[in-house]
Amino acid sequence: MIKLTSVYKEYPRSGAALDNVSFHVQKGELVFLTGHSGAGKSTVMRLVQMAETPSAGEVRVSGFSSRTIKRREIPFLRRKLGVVFQDFRLLRDRTAEQNVAFALEVTGVKRAEISQRVNRVLTQVGLSHKAQSFPDELSGGERQRVAVARALANEPLVLLADEPTGNLDEWAGRGVFDLFRDINALGMTVLMATHDLDLVRAHPEYRVIELAQGQVVYDSKAAAKPDAPAPAPAAVPAEWTVPPREQLAIDIYDPREG
Amino acid sequence: MPYALREALSAFRRSPLLAFLSIIAIGFSLFVIGLFGLTAWNIGRAIEKVEEKVEIVAYLDDATTPSQLELAQQEVRGLPAVLELRYVTKFDALASAREEMPEFQDVFSDLDNNPLPASLEIRMKPGSRTPDAVKRVAERLRAYPFVEDVRYGREWLDKIYQIRRLAGGAATMIGAAFALVAAIIIATAVRIAVFARREEISIMRLVGATDGFVQRPFLLEGVMTGLMGGALAALLTWGSYRVLSATMFRIEMIPGQWMVVVVVVGTVFGFLSSMVAVRRHLEAV
Repeated sequence: MIKLTSVYKEYPRSGAALDNVSFHVQKGELVFLTGHSGAGKSTVMRLVQMAETPSAGEVRVSGFSSRTIKRREIPFLRRKLGVVFQDFRLLRDRTAEQNVAFALEVTGVKRAEISQRVNRVLTQVGLSHKAQSFPDELSGGERQRVAVARALANEPLVLLADEPTGNLDEWAGRGVFDLFRDINALGMTVLMATHDLDLVRAHPEYRVIELAQGQVVYDSKAAAKPDAPAPAPAAVPAEWTVPPREQLAIDIYDPREG
Repeated sequence: MPYALREALSAFRRSPLLAFLSIIAIGFSLFVIGLFGLTAWNIGRAIEKVEEKVEIVAYLDDATTPSQLELAQQEVRGLPAVLELRYVTKFDALASAREEMPEFQDVFSDLDNNPLPASLEIRMKPGSRTPDAVKRVAERLRAYPFVEDVRYGREWLDKIYQIRRLAGGAATMIGAAFALVAAIIIATAVRIAVFARREEISIMRLVGATDGFVQRPFLLEGVMTGLMGGALAALLTWGSYRVLSATMFRIEMIPGQWMVVVVVVGTVFGFLSSMVAVRRHLEAV
């Protein structure tokens, strides 16, 4: 699903950001990407979105390769990725519902389908009752849920989260992370960059990749015995009402099909 | 309503002052060009009227035989630049001299024989009234042994031609300068619009909107601005024509096709300016 092979990334001014990074995130995994600020987490995130190209090595994401992807193909890769940031990046002059709908409008989803999908994802993140609220009327945790709903709206294959709990208090952060676990339990691949070590330690069932000074210094999967079975996804907490799977087994939107 | 059109219209609603300024800027730039067009058109018409009078006169030797004359007339009529050739006999020359200069009536009537030579008067085709073309025909006439002298208004012809070229050059330069100003104002408007919407644009990119989709509202906005600017310029030009005609002197309105060109140029100009600006500024978002 996401495969980095001997990736180097150098910036003209600040020098090397990634130094021979290789890892492979498989379909259905939830992976923590940890490390200090400046260790290269965000650079990895940007490379996966193909917002940047590696100086050497190759990044492969759901069939696209950083070596061969053309500029005009990048939007179609992005539609297969849902991205969530520390600072939410919601439009303040639009309601929660409109923020989610915006992602669908600008990728050419038919109008009739938009409201249906918006309702579905807002329900999934537990915010259908706040659909008409503006971001300023929502708490930090709620805002991040709207951002998650937006990321899910295009029915992506991978959810990328760059410090999604960084701006949230512990309680709200846990809530958002539980949401990620639910999403992962439904089969979506999740790559989450975080420096919240308490959170990582609290969930030893998930794979951890640690970066330091641009290098992978620890990968729990490589450290485990090679023949050991992959840890089972955590059970969904009872307090989360998850819609039945049929409702979420959504057809992947392919823009080339019109 | 398609997304791009809705967004382009909302840009007018969101910052009406900027949109208004852009339209005014394009409108006035094209208006200046339109005024020059109006002036150039009328100068051109005036010059054409003068140039119609460009005439080459070849004075003939009295000993010229009718067969020589016939041959020469045929040859000169065959030249591509020649519109019309008229043979003026000695008798005609004297008659018109009497008519044009009645004060010398006595002198002309007391003559034993007619001192005025016969001549060939040649008028040039429009487009061949340049000094060079006229000179070539004159040289050709001078080559006949029975042609005594060739006259044409060489000096003033050169001058008229210079004035015409100068007017054309000045119009082009000033028009270009104003067009540049309009381009800068449009680019600034686009820059502000892109800046005001940079969050939206970065989210659009994030969720996988294509470059074309991101650019379309800005381009459409440029086209609409240009179209309205062009229409404003056409209106102002027409207004000036009416006012000038009514108050100062009779002038001719420039042809309708030119006005259409003004509007089309405005539209294309708005489109191109916003395209350059949007490409440049979207890179930075």
